[in-house]
Amino acid sequence: MVVRFAGDSGDGMQLTGSQFTAATALMGNDLATFPDFPAEIRAPAGTTYGVSGFQIQFGAHDILTPGDAPHVLVAMNPAALKVNLDDLVSGGLLIVNTGAFSKNNLARAGYEVSPLEDGSLDKYRVMALDITKMTVAAVKEHGLGAKDAHRCKNMWTLGLIFWLFGRERKPTVDWLRAKFAKRPELAEANIAALNAGHIYGETAELPSGVDAFQVPKASHQPGEYRNVTGNQAMAWGLVVGCELAGLKMMYGSYPITPASTLLHALAALKRFGVVTFQAEDEIAAISAAIGASFGGSLGVTGTSGPGMALKTEAMGLAIATELPLVICNVQRGGPSTGLPTKTEQSDLLQSLWGRNGDAPLAVLAAATPGECFHLAVDAVRIATKYMTPVILLSDGFLANGAEPWRIPDVSSIEPFPAQFRREAEGFHPFVRDPETLARAWAVPGTPGLAHRIGGLEKHHDTGHISYDPENHDRMTRVRAAKIARIADDLPSAKVEQGDTSGDLAVVGWGSTFGAISQAVHELRSEGRRVSHIHLRHMSPLPRGLSSLLASFKQVMVPELNDGQLDKVLAATTGARVVGFHKVAGRPFRVRELVDEIRSRLVSGDN
Amino acid sequence: MTENPPTFTRKDFTSDQEVRWCPGCGDYAILAAMQRTLPQLGATPDQTVFISGIGCSSRFPYYMNTYGFHTIHGRAPAFATGLKLSNPDLDVWVVTGDGDGLSIGGNHLLHALRRNVNLQILLFNNRIYGLTKGQYSPTSKLGQVSPSTPLGALDRPVNPVRFALGAGARFVARGYDVSKKLPEVLTQAHAFGGAALVEILQNCPVFNDGAFESVTDRKVGGAHQLWVEHGKPLIFGAEGAKKGLRLNRSMGLEVVELGDGDDTGDLLVHDETNPNLAWLLAGLEDIPGLEQTMAFGVLFRSDAPAYDDEVHAQVDNAVKRASAKKSSEKASANGAKSNDLNAMLRQGHTWTV
Repeated sequence: MVVRFAGDSGDGMQLTGSQFTAATALMGNDLATFPDFPAEIRAPAGTTYGVSGFQIQFGAHDILTPGDAPHVLVAMNPAALKVNLDDLVSGGLLIVNTGAFSKNNLARAGYEVSPLEDGSLDKYRVMALDITKMTVAAVKEHGLGAKDAHRCKNMWTLGLIFWLFGRERKPTVDWLRAKFAKRPELAEANIAALNAGHIYGETAELPSGVDAFQVPKASHQPGEYRNVTGNQAMAWGLVVGCELAGLKMMYGSYPITPASTLLHALAALKRFGVVTFQAEDEIAAISAAIGASFGGSLGVTGTSGPGMALKTEAMGLAIATELPLVICNVQRGGPSTGLPTKTEQSDLLQSLWGRNGDAPLAVLAAATPGECFHLAVDAVRIATKYMTPVILLSDGFLANGAEPWRIPDVSSIEPFPAQFRREAEGFHPFVRDPETLARAWAVPGTPGLAHRIGGLEKHHDTGHISYDPENHDRMTRVRAAKIARIADDLPSAKVEQGDTSGDLAVVGWGSTFGAISQAVHELRSEGRRVSHIHLRHMSPLPRGLSSLLASFKQVMVPELNDGQLDKVLAATTGARVVGFHKVAGRPFRVRELVDEIRSRLVSGDN
Repeated sequence: MTENPPTFTRKDFTSDQEVRWCPGCGDYAILAAMQRTLPQLGATPDQTVFISGIGCSSRFPYYMNTYGFHTIHGRAPAFATGLKLSNPDLDVWVVTGDGDGLSIGGNHLLHALRRNVNLQILLFNNRIYGLTKGQYSPTSKLGQVSPSTPLGALDRPVNPVRFALGAGARFVARGYDVSKKLPEVLTQAHAFGGAALVEILQNCPVFNDGAFESVTDRKVGGAHQLWVEHGKPLIFGAEGAKKGLRLNRSMGLEVVELGDGDDTGDLLVHDETNPNLAWLLAGLEDIPGLEQTMAFGVLFRSDAPAYDDEVHAQVDNAVKRASAKKSSEKASANGAKSNDLNAMLRQGHTWTV
């Protein structure tokens, strides 16, 4: 079941969606969400570009994506209807707030005739309700001004939807009381609106075919669950990772969409000793993080595409000085400012190679919101064990999307205490662990180990500045070998779903996991010999990937960019790779992938 | 009460690396002053860190036998801020230049100063780009001829002291490379518990030789130096031709010829806590008749809590409050941390399947 809420960016659709998500999780459904909002905080009211949407898919079986086409669409004004109607499945339920269908709003949305009157909605089940009027009536006794009263209409709508899907109202009631603790009249008005919407569902004569839905509980693996967004999970993962490494964390960041909530989440965790620093710019943010790592903390910085570009010189310094560092990149549409609030797998190539000189580092990519936690822990482990910067890729879709997440037990994760050099005997700054090739981490304040590091090339055996040609060649290769060796420490390439050989392997990375998984599942249930391989480690790539890909007749790489991983795989595995690219600021629909894979299979058969 | 003799000597702060500045470079004198001064301050090589950006001056850390980090162009204040946020107990010096600190790194210098991070920031000002071979810098004088301005520079220079005051710096001082008083200025900067900016006029004998000669020349310069002292009248000039400074009616400075006299009645008295006076003193060379004169010493000092100390206090308090809250709960010392983290992951709504 897929439900989409759509309205003006000031209509509170994101709140409505997230409350419905919480109530749905409470019912024991599996779910995935997709908040989709404009870059403008308050775009002009009633316009199509100011429409904000929130989609949720939920059900009894594994839900891996927010769904392709909604079964239920809530349109709070004509613009929201205009933007979203094409997606609604035929026969789907359409709930429209007629109170917003004024002449002006219709014109702003580009309607000459009201779609409520010209028969264009005939193929849907339509509930045309004056939600505005009913909300105002419901909150009347709470004495709100017209503006505040109108604002309650999202809660009226939520009440109706709660009734439709048999959701509990109490958690939302509690949440409203807490949120408006200082303005109880607002809390009570919103609760009245919520209840009124619910009562409307119970008592009103609804159009034929509209009835309460019942979605059975999902069958999850036993355990304790919560809803989590990618950025929240990543923040927790960084904190847990630093605890397991026995290090303090210094998070330096500059506000940028969609990474800012990482900074907010970490700033709220000071009780775990986390230091956060809102720097004057992206360069200062990463520079301060590197300075903190030099001082024996783990420096972490977070950003998105344009900020990554600004940080590249400093990343090179962290590579040259071989200091641990975690760089979280919550990707968004590019180039340049691009599409700040839209998702895109924009920065794989920038992360792998976007620096001057031969400047290798480790790159990880999370596939789901919950995985942002586990990969953040692993990023800390790799950064400190190998004395290297690690880029952790997420994207706007993972950062803001929620999913039920089985909460791990922290005490079951093996600690990986960071090693500081203390003996002066035989020390120089580039003395290495023979196994990992990590250089010694000697922290200022350690007696007898005073030394200098910097961006100039250093001699491999003394740590002093060296312009010697052979030394530079040697150091370049050591830096590359160190990153390559991390692969010994990672799981080998594996198939996510399906057999280890077949007609076609779909190779994905990052947030396309859910859509690919579902598409492959659908085709396999038709008997197609398709498998899904999903990469989490982009640098170094997992061992055994070349031979795994070689056992498939075709390798297809779907990406939300104009082709990045396909180039990497073609260059590094020798596989014949075909890409499938979507650069629309939106995730893949399962249908698009199923169609594309099917057509490849057909052309491959010929 | 007897003073403890310094445990370390100049040699202990001198690294084994060959110093590679041009012969006659003012940086040598500053390096020597630093290596002589640190033992006097009770500093230790293990607790001392020099952080630099890019440029001639930024080679400084390699010659100090302390911890050192030669970073990237202009960003040294940001690296130093991160280091202090990691370990506020370290004694951190930033070495930068007029190009590094005021051109590419102007933003970071501004913010380190306004935040009052506990650092000593030494800005070596030679009014030229040395390492890239002689282009004009943001402190070069109007009309400076250089490879990139063959017909003369058209952009107006920035005054480092005024920049710092404008940024909200709480300690601003000035010295020059070969000055005997430089160690005293460094000592004052070190004693200040916040961001201490010291502009050090520094001669580049190759690309901008004599840029400050009229002020710093050993024979004539003394007369053109106004060394300020808190609580003392503002007097300068050669013996027998002393001059003083007082305010005119439009709140500008004007010169009073004292000659042999010692009548200091209406002269200004230096108040290092007055940023307005510091602003005036920073630009003596703009006053007609004083083109060759500059003020030196601690021009401004006003105590305020250091940013890094306050950040750590805030975090420590949050940690303390959290542990007080659960002091009644019983947990083994080992398991306590993972209990806390497990609780963190479970805050808000959870459900069990």
